[in-house]
Amino acid sequence: MLEDKLLLSVKDLVTAFDTDAGRVTAVDGVSFDLQEGKTLGVVGESGCGKSVTAMSIMQLLPRPMGQIIGGSIHFNGEDLVMASEERMGSIRGKEIGVIFQEPMTALNPVHRIGQQLSESLLLHEGLSKKEAWSRSIEILKLVGIPSPEVRVSEYPHQLSGGMRQRVVIAIALACRPSLVIADEPTTALDVTVQAQILELIQSLQEEMGLSVMMITHDLGVIAETCDDVVVMYAGRVAEKGNTQQIFENPQHLYTLGLLNSIPKLGTPRKQRLNTIDGYVPGLDEMPVGARFAPRSQHPRVAEYLASEDFKTVKPGLVEVEPGHWVEDCAYVRAF
Amino acid sequence: MDTDGGNQRGEILLEVKNLKVHFPVKEGLFSRAKKYCKAVDGIDLQVKAGETFGLVGESGCGKSTLGKAICRLLNPTEGEIRFDGRDVGRLGRAAMRPLRRDLQIIFQDPVESLDARHTVREILEEPFIIQKMGNTVFREKKVRKLLDKVGLAATAADRYPFEFSGGQRQRIGIARAIALEPKLIVCDEPVSALDVSVQSQILNLLMDLQKEMGVSYLFIAHDLAVVKVISDRIGVMYLGKMVEQADADTLFSNPMHEYTKALISAIPIVSPGQKRERTILKGDVPSPIDPPPGCAFARRSPISVSEEVASCPSEYKEVEPGHWVEVHPATVRDYDALEGL
Repeated sequence: MLEDKLLLSVKDLVTAFDTDAGRVTAVDGVSFDLQEGKTLGVVGESGCGKSVTAMSIMQLLPRPMGQIIGGSIHFNGEDLVMASEERMGSIRGKEIGVIFQEPMTALNPVHRIGQQLSESLLLHEGLSKKEAWSRSIEILKLVGIPSPEVRVSEYPHQLSGGMRQRVVIAIALACRPSLVIADEPTTALDVTVQAQILELIQSLQEEMGLSVMMITHDLGVIAETCDDVVVMYAGRVAEKGNTQQIFENPQHLYTLGLLNSIPKLGTPRKQRLNTIDGYVPGLDEMPVGARFAPRSQHPRVAEYLASEDFKTVKPGLVEVEPGHWVEDCAYVRAF
Repeated sequence: MDTDGGNQRGEILLEVKNLKVHFPVKEGLFSRAKKYCKAVDGIDLQVKAGETFGLVGESGCGKSTLGKAICRLLNPTEGEIRFDGRDVGRLGRAAMRPLRRDLQIIFQDPVESLDARHTVREILEEPFIIQKMGNTVFREKKVRKLLDKVGLAATAADRYPFEFSGGQRQRIGIARAIALEPKLIVCDEPVSALDVSVQSQILNLLMDLQKEMGVSYLFIAHDLAVVKVISDRIGVMYLGKMVEQADADTLFSNPMHEYTKALISAIPIVSPGQKRERTILKGDVPSPIDPPPGCAFARRSPISVSEEVASCPSEYKEVEPGHWVEVHPATVRDYDALEGL
């Protein structure tokens, strides 16, 4: 087995967007580490900042509205926040690959599959067009596309959804990156196709020693594929730890609420499901204090919501068992 | 409970017989259609009063087309749709209008299904205006009541759909659908676009409304765990045909069709370290334009059969009371025992 080597280390990342209504902070002090060869899951609901975190790592934030205003992102020891646009250009696609959610929009409809695969090979590997084309066929074979020699000259619309997602994965892996960021890679797919794609990502990971950052809202996908998990809520880390710790010993009320609210096959029929009351605060009305507190059922939470603490003090994280961290505020902790 | 006679729980409310919806596929601008996309190709199903019939299947299996045809948002090509004793399949637009009070639909995407230029009040009033029911005071009272029923504040009435979150918008969609106290609501993927915590709120709301109003649902979804929670009976569709149908518990405890088994096994388990024996299907769903001859599933089934056997037609049979399965050497494990039934 590989020695634990830190590949990606995000520290106190703050990413903000300038909007008509003023500056909003989408990611507010997020930290996590990803070891070489491991899979890190980032889970949370729409608007929790998980995709913005990924975009920050890739430096693909919409300019000029979006910008990183604090923290560091160390990839292989190099701080990407400080990297020049030129340097990022040589990292993106070469050392870090991305798999996007919607394969139809991630692929260019007017270019052949082979052209899209060749693009990064021509750019980063300095191959000739002919070499890139034959390498494309090899990669398509690797991701399990039948008759790759034919498919390579087809257009995206000629492929099924599952095939397209395999092509997107092929593009992400074309230059043998050490890190792949998968942003909801199976959300747009059917369950049986999802099973195929997850299986593919896992087998490629083993084969190539890839590290994967898996961004998803689906706890089932996390449970099946990830070594470590970061649970995000409203732009902050609510809880993080290894997958076992998060699923078997959830410490944050939000994690617990998420785990309880998904229907499982064993859930009795026609019985009300557990829910999390309330809703996620809007980006422009984020409290400084524990952001989940307004939805907490803690008996004395009202006191906290009225307190000066809630208005001014941002809770940090506390380590509850080795490697298992949770937001340091009694009102949002499981009780 | 109901004003016009009402239906006893358990009475058959909707009966669909051999329903087909075929779309002509044109090649070239002026040529006549030579091929047909057989989106729904001979479906039988029944929904009883007060129950939920869950319809599952993957994209392109025809489940949404079936839902739309039942609401007559699409015209069936062949077959019969009997709703509450009347043959909906053959009614014209004008004749359908009074029926729409009893037959409503909730769509997947609450953003696209609500008119962005109307306030919530206007959206909720519209059904009453179309049905020429009551005056302004009556309608205002109804709007308040509906908002309260779906868990929205009365102040929501003056706001526009874009001011709400996805879950709240779906609540507005539900309020619109229940406005006229229908007997059946076709729910077309009502929670698939929602976050998990919101999804459970909406499922609870639907279950509460059913208890309160005795409404039946035809619940269309691709997420089996969601369908299981809300349904009494479940039908599994594949390429325009029903391949298995049973009460919800039986379908999960004793699935017989290999496709149903594959669907169930594909659901990720929310418990790390626990791995299910997984059936990974080969290839993709074939096109409904030129479906392969014989059993449509045979070429993807984990049970390998020769091309000759695959081309043999399958039979849709009741293998135990209330449990229907597409029986074919490639779809069931104990074909020999079932064939004789």
